[in-house]
Amino acid sequence: MINFEMAVFYLFAAILVFAAVRVITARNPVHSALFLVLSFFTAAGIWMLLRAEFLAIALVLVYVGAVMVLFLFVVMMLDINLDRLKEGFWSYLPLGATIAFLVVVEMVLVLGGRYFGLQALPAPADPGANYSNTRELGLLLYTDYVYPFELAAVVLLVAIIAAIALTMRKRKDTKYQNPSQQVAVKRGDRVRMVSMPSDKGG
Amino acid sequence: MELVQAFQGLLQSGLGGLWGGYVFTVIKTLILIICIVLPLLLSVAYLTLWERKFIGWMQIRLGPNRVGPLGLLQPIADAIKALVKELIIPAGSNKFLFVVAPAMALAPALAAWAVVPFGPGVVLADVNAGILYLMAMTSLGVYGVIIAGWASNSKYAFLGSMRSAAQIVAYEIAMGFALVCVLMVSHSLNLSEIVNGQAKGYFAEQGINILSWNWLPLFPMVLVYFISGVAETNRSPFDVVEGESEIVAGHMIEYSGMAFATFFMAEYANMILISTLTAIMFFGGWAAPVEMAPFTMIPPFLWLFIKMFFIVTIILWLRATFPRYRYDQIMRLGWKVFIPLTIVWLVLIGAWMQTPWNIWK
Amino acid sequence: MNFPMPNLLPAYAEIFLLTMTCIVLVVDLFLDDQRRYVTYVLSLLTLAGCAFFTIGIGSIPGPTYTFNNMFVSDLMANVLKLASYIAVAVNMVYSRSYMADRGMLRGEYFSLSLFAMLGMMVMISSNHFLTLYMGLELMSLCLYAMVALNRDSATSTEAAMKYFVLGALASGLLLYGMSMIYGATGSLEMRNIAKILEVGSTNRVVLVFGLVFVVAGVAFKLGVVPFHMWIPDVYQGAPSAVTLFIASAPKLAAFAMAMRLLVNGLIPLAIDWQQMLTLLAVLSMALGNLAAIAQSNIKRMLAYSTISHMGFLLLGMATGVVDGNWLSAAEAYSASMFYAIVYTLTTLAAFGSVLLLSRAGFEAENIEDYKGLNRRSPWFAFIVLVTMFSLAGIPPTVGFYAKLSVLQSAVSAGQVWLAVVAVLFSLIGAFYYLRIVKLMYFDDPVDTAPLAVRLDMSVLLSANGVAILLLGIMPQQLMELCFVAIKSL
Repeated sequence: MINFEMAVFYLFAAILVFAAVRVITARNPVHSALFLVLSFFTAAGIWMLLRAEFLAIALVLVYVGAVMVLFLFVVMMLDINLDRLKEGFWSYLPLGATIAFLVVVEMVLVLGGRYFGLQALPAPADPGANYSNTRELGLLLYTDYVYPFELAAVVLLVAIIAAIALTMRKRKDTKYQNPSQQVAVKRGDRVRMVSMPSDKGG
Repeated sequence: MELVQAFQGLLQSGLGGLWGGYVFTVIKTLILIICIVLPLLLSVAYLTLWERKFIGWMQIRLGPNRVGPLGLLQPIADAIKALVKELIIPAGSNKFLFVVAPAMALAPALAAWAVVPFGPGVVLADVNAGILYLMAMTSLGVYGVIIAGWASNSKYAFLGSMRSAAQIVAYEIAMGFALVCVLMVSHSLNLSEIVNGQAKGYFAEQGINILSWNWLPLFPMVLVYFISGVAETNRSPFDVVEGESEIVAGHMIEYSGMAFATFFMAEYANMILISTLTAIMFFGGWAAPVEMAPFTMIPPFLWLFIKMFFIVTIILWLRATFPRYRYDQIMRLGWKVFIPLTIVWLVLIGAWMQTPWNIWK
Repeated sequence: MNFPMPNLLPAYAEIFLLTMTCIVLVVDLFLDDQRRYVTYVLSLLTLAGCAFFTIGIGSIPGPTYTFNNMFVSDLMANVLKLASYIAVAVNMVYSRSYMADRGMLRGEYFSLSLFAMLGMMVMISSNHFLTLYMGLELMSLCLYAMVALNRDSATSTEAAMKYFVLGALASGLLLYGMSMIYGATGSLEMRNIAKILEVGSTNRVVLVFGLVFVVAGVAFKLGVVPFHMWIPDVYQGAPSAVTLFIASAPKLAAFAMAMRLLVNGLIPLAIDWQQMLTLLAVLSMALGNLAAIAQSNIKRMLAYSTISHMGFLLLGMATGVVDGNWLSAAEAYSASMFYAIVYTLTTLAAFGSVLLLSRAGFEAENIEDYKGLNRRSPWFAFIVLVTMFSLAGIPPTVGFYAKLSVLQSAVSAGQVWLAVVAVLFSLIGAFYYLRIVKLMYFDDPVDTAPLAVRLDMSVLLSANGVAILLLGIMPQQLMELCFVAIKSL
């Protein structure tokens, strides 16, 4: 008997697989990016089913709400010629397909049900109705995992520094206003009072 | 109540116990959603009228006054006009995305209402991660704008969507940090608990709730949140996205008829949402400002409505008052003023909460 | 809610470094190019402060764990950290005028260097897959950015791009392997993994599958064949000062990473990974030494030389456990550690000489640029001579003892053929090191411009050369230290 959660799972999984396939098969890069958004969204839905609401919402918030927006931003402005990108496709296909096949076989052998199936690693027990995934994650992150958490923050800081160091150029010819200077201006800075002797001769 | 139970029993006998229960839940939720969305859309319609009236009065005009008494039927007339107009799809546009974009702009603005509490216990989905859900939903609104701009195959539309994307991403961060301040002091991500948390403290015990609400102890954050909210909804003075003088109507330029109206509805629905959220996060939600006879007689949802109305009116007032910001000024305000300010404030609040003078215990 | 406070004492150096780096970052915003020396001095002082803390912590006997056992402070960590401080500090001194001449001496260079240092320290002190990975990413991210620092140069950006893409791939491999091992053992903590593996009830197929990926990730970071493709391009494309950086301290961190992962965490699988390492070592020594002969670009030549040296280093690690018996393992690993430190010291001098010969508007990139160095400056020619001898492994320089101790461990492990192969390729390698010596002493200079060297660099480069020589005469203390450090693991 298929229950409601399973029905939802299979629906989401079907959409996810379809969207993921379309990401790499769509001819238009903007469509690819939008399909990626769709697959993130459905993946978030599946996480939600697994009661990992924090991860689900964070996926939507970070990847869909911010990363993909910037991604679309770039993709829309790029002039990508997909036909030219796909030029070498057929000549690389045999080699690529062989390697992909080998890797898939290996992974199936190792990751198959024998070692990582439900028998080997059973699903965790139902944590109960009052369980808050967000709270549990927060507790762990700020106690046991505080050190890697801080390191992740440092990595992000470095990413910011690196991005700025590599892209910021100070243009010398930029004209810009300094509002505080404009506000703090005195009359004397702008207007010069000249006392001219009145023309008496005439 | 009995009627509902009878309906549930009917479904379960008809479809088998398990599935009948699911169908019942789905139908019940749908009816509740309609109960929220219909008044919301009505509010959106009348907000447009109120905006025109209010700004009209500010500019010593009458505003709409022809259709119906005092012009009260004007939104209905507008809606009918938009419905019967032709939806023109430009040549060279991406038809599917072009049509979908307005829906994508409106959907998140409506979906966010799922976690908004209208009164004690009156909420569609009382989830624990309410704030996170809200942040996720409000961050999705930008897709409608971007896709509209791109699918239109028009330079003005594209420029508009670019501006909008950058602006929304920039102000989202400041908004998020302001919300983090709120959740820090409330110890919860649940919106109902945030409202309840504001009814505690010294002043609330004296019956002066209004001084216990978050707006006072988190003072600069309420401004940051509100202003970022105005920027997020692309409202004046941050409306370069549709700046008429430069790019005509931005991402909406190619739209006509109901599709155009949908963008409009999304904008106003977002305004109402931001105002409601400001009321919930910083102004005590459904609570009365003072625990005294005339105030406590007003029902909670009406209080929320009154607060929302005041805040939304301030947004209209801004439009009537301020000139449009220049684009680089918008970016400077977002990145160089608000984000550092919110981060510093976050640290300050955190430090305050560690001192003996912590008022949020 | 009660948060237990972790014991911060063992991590004082890291905390100090992070705080100071943020201060350097902010202070630099208020400095113009003329007063950039403030950043420079502040960065050096930061490293000195770290050394102070590390020595202070080193007086605590035995390994100390903190942050929920994710961080370990033991003697090996402290020795490697000290060596890294010295390498990074020396790098800053050497690169100062090079970077200044090319308009790259900005605050970001120093802050990225210091952040990379932090990443290395995290790697060196990690006892947990997660922190090891975070440290690795922190270090790598800084290095990617530093390679691209000369952003108008096409070769630099290309090198950075290659480095980034391949580095990301390697991180992916490493993570994949780690997740496999986690799946098999149920733990991310290295000590714990070793304990679980000792019991031996875990699944071997999954473990070895994961191990292959982990070794591949480590091999990439060390830059050994067949994961070496990035090394020559990155070494050649990066600004010379950055090449110096990449070639020095990160190798110590990569060594520490290999030690932590393979020895601390996966020692019960030594039979499996030793075979892999042996293969990697032989291939690296062969390809590195043979390809280096064909190079005319000094940076590229040193890149291939690095590959061969890393192969040598792995030799020590590959011969630790003999027939499941790890009594002699400490000697083999300490030989590798000694090799890593000596290699770093020597490579600093080697790339230092590249920076020495470069000046504003001129990159000394070709081997030809060394022609007649003896006439231009006999003292520095002598330093380069000592360096090349050390790289080639000729007594009485320290490079000789490094090679000797590794070979000894190979022989005592019964792998005589391995030692013979290593000696054979070292002999081939000696050819291209000695070619530079020949160019310096027996050819006429092409470029007769006098060397313009800042005093700090001149003093330090001299000290560097003398250290190579002195350690070659008295290697005993450092070897002892390495031995004790490995023993304390």
